[in-house]
Order: sequence, then C-alpha cells, then structure tokens
Amino acid sequence: MENNRLQELIKSFLPEAEVTEDKQFLTITIDKSLLHQLAEKLKDSVETRFDYLFCESAVDYNDHLMMVYHLDSTTHRHQLVLKSKITDRENPEIDSVCDLWETANYHEREIFDLFGIRFIGHTDMRKIFLDNDWVGFPMRKDYVDTINVVER
Amino acid sequence: MGIKSMKDHDFRDNETLDNFKNEGGNFLLSTVDALIDWGRSNSIWPLTFATACCGIEMMAAGASRHDFARFGIEVYRASPRQADVIVVAGTITNKMAPVLKRLYDQMAEPKYVIAMGACAISGGPFYYNSYHVVKGVDHVVPVDVYIPGCPPRPEALLYGVMQLQRKIKLESIAKKRSNV
Repeated sequence: MENNRLQELIKSFLPEAEVTEDKQFLTITIDKSLLHQLAEKLKDSVETRFDYLFCESAVDYNDHLMMVYHLDSTTHRHQLVLKSKITDRENPEIDSVCDLWETANYHEREIFDLFGIRFIGHTDMRKIFLDNDWVGFPMRKDYVDTINVVER
Repeated sequence: MGIKSMKDHDFRDNETLDNFKNEGGNFLLSTVDALIDWGRSNSIWPLTFATACCGIEMMAAGASRHDFARFGIEVYRASPRQADVIVVAGTITNKMAPVLKRLYDQMAEPKYVIAMGACAISGGPFYYNSYHVVKGVDHVVPVDVYIPGCPPRPEALLYGVMQLQRKIKLESIAKKRSNV
C-alpha cells in the first residue's frame, strides 16, 4: 500500500498518532499508553496486516529513552516504523507487544537486559545475555564501568 | 646435549658440567626425551573450539587446501579429555571465560594453549569501550604461542603450530613443565 493511503488509515485508527515520512520508512510517533492499542489495530486490520515485527530496538537520547518497532506485512509488502518515547529513566516501563508478535519475546528480554526497560505483560521478563548478578545497563549512555571498560 | 657429543676439554670445564647436570643430561634420559618429544610434537591434537571468525580460518587450515594434518596437528577432538592443544580462535567474552577455563582444566597433561588472533591476544577490536570482552586469554589460561592477525591466515596458524612444536621439542621428562 502507498504511504499516503497508510497515513490516512492510521489517522483514522488513532487521530493522536503523529505521522512523518522519513528517508526510508513511514514513521509514526505515539504516546506509550496508546502503543499497544495501535499495534494491535495495525496487525489485525485487513488493509494494513502488519504481521511481521522485523526489528525491535531501544535508543538512549540522554534525556529520554525511545522504543522503535519496525513492522512489515508479508501479504501487502509494506513497511512501517512505530516509535514511542519513555521519559522516566529511573523506572522505564512500556506495554509488551509479545502477545501480538512472538518474536518480541526475545527482543524485549534483550532490551530489558541492556537498557533496563521493563515490559508490562511480558510472560518471561528475565535477563538473556548478561550474568544474573550484573549491575547496570551497558547500552545506556550514562553507563560507567571502571573495572572492565578501557575508555578512549 | 648427550654425553657422547661432549668434547674432552668440556669434561674439565666446571661450567659446562654444571649446565649438563642442570639439563639432567644423561645418555638414557636424553634419548627417551628425544623419542617422547618427537612423538608429542608430531601428534598435537586440537580441541574443536572456536568462538569467532578465527574459527573459520582454523577450519580452512584443517581442510584440504592447507591441511595441517601434514604437520601432525592431526584431528580435531570434540572432547577436551582427548585433546592436547586448545586453539583459542576468537573473542572470549566474560561469560565465555569460565567455560574456556573449565575446558582447559578438563584437558589431560601435557596440554598447550595457542592464542589465535587479536581478540584472543588482547581483546583486539574490543579492547576499548567494551564491557564484555576478556582483554587477552592469558588472563584466564596460560598461553604458549600467540598468533597475531585479525584473523590470521591459515599459513600463520601453521607457523604458530610449528613454533609450538619447537617448544615441545625442548621439553625434558626430568623437568616439570613450567606453567608458562
């Protein structure tokens, strides 16, 4: 489906969604409280049918964290990027999407491990890479480790 | 040095005799040593252990084009109990380090370690700004031979193996092997 048609559809789903056309993907920025609702609609609607989450990642922008979801539809062959801002760095939380896309399960465990974002509704919120007694979140910008890390 | 190869004037020289004594030189022992070292150095079996791209080069060294079986570093063993050398081919992370140590401990003496590639020597490209990589496997296990490269070519691995063979040929059963 064309990007402008997609934009209209998404606006009809949720008028709060902020849509921008990026270099590569159509990007939708949404409040984290509405994220799961929109994701569910994007997946289940016959016209959009985003059935494949091909990348889920987190970004640290120093003053806030950002969740980024790359979606793809295997029937319509269109892509989309969903973004959601998390302002609370001390206790970051967001709704899990692993009930919609099974692949999010491991992705969210990795993000929990490296960024410390907790996913509400995730069935198995454990560390995946780091040791169980690990302190801190290595992918955060403010992460300091004076023992292991040689700065340059 | 065997006793037969000693010149007459060497017998009167105290320093030569001291050296000879320290080396545990006697005819029988040095012959046995020569036999054992010949056997050991020409049948060093490596452990199937590779953690990164160096492993691909190690596989290439073992395959038919380079074929390091020609040098007696014969057949990859899947069990540390049957291996003589562990070629640390690749990055060792903090999480992998205890596994490497356990594999080394499970190997039977005499055992040798080759650190292959920049990651195994010093952490290589992961030396700076990394929280998860062991900066040199010599923090974990004693290393006999270091092979630089990122990754080293199979020829470099062959050269490293030959250096290890030279090292083994200098060993004596009279002296306990120092732990590097």
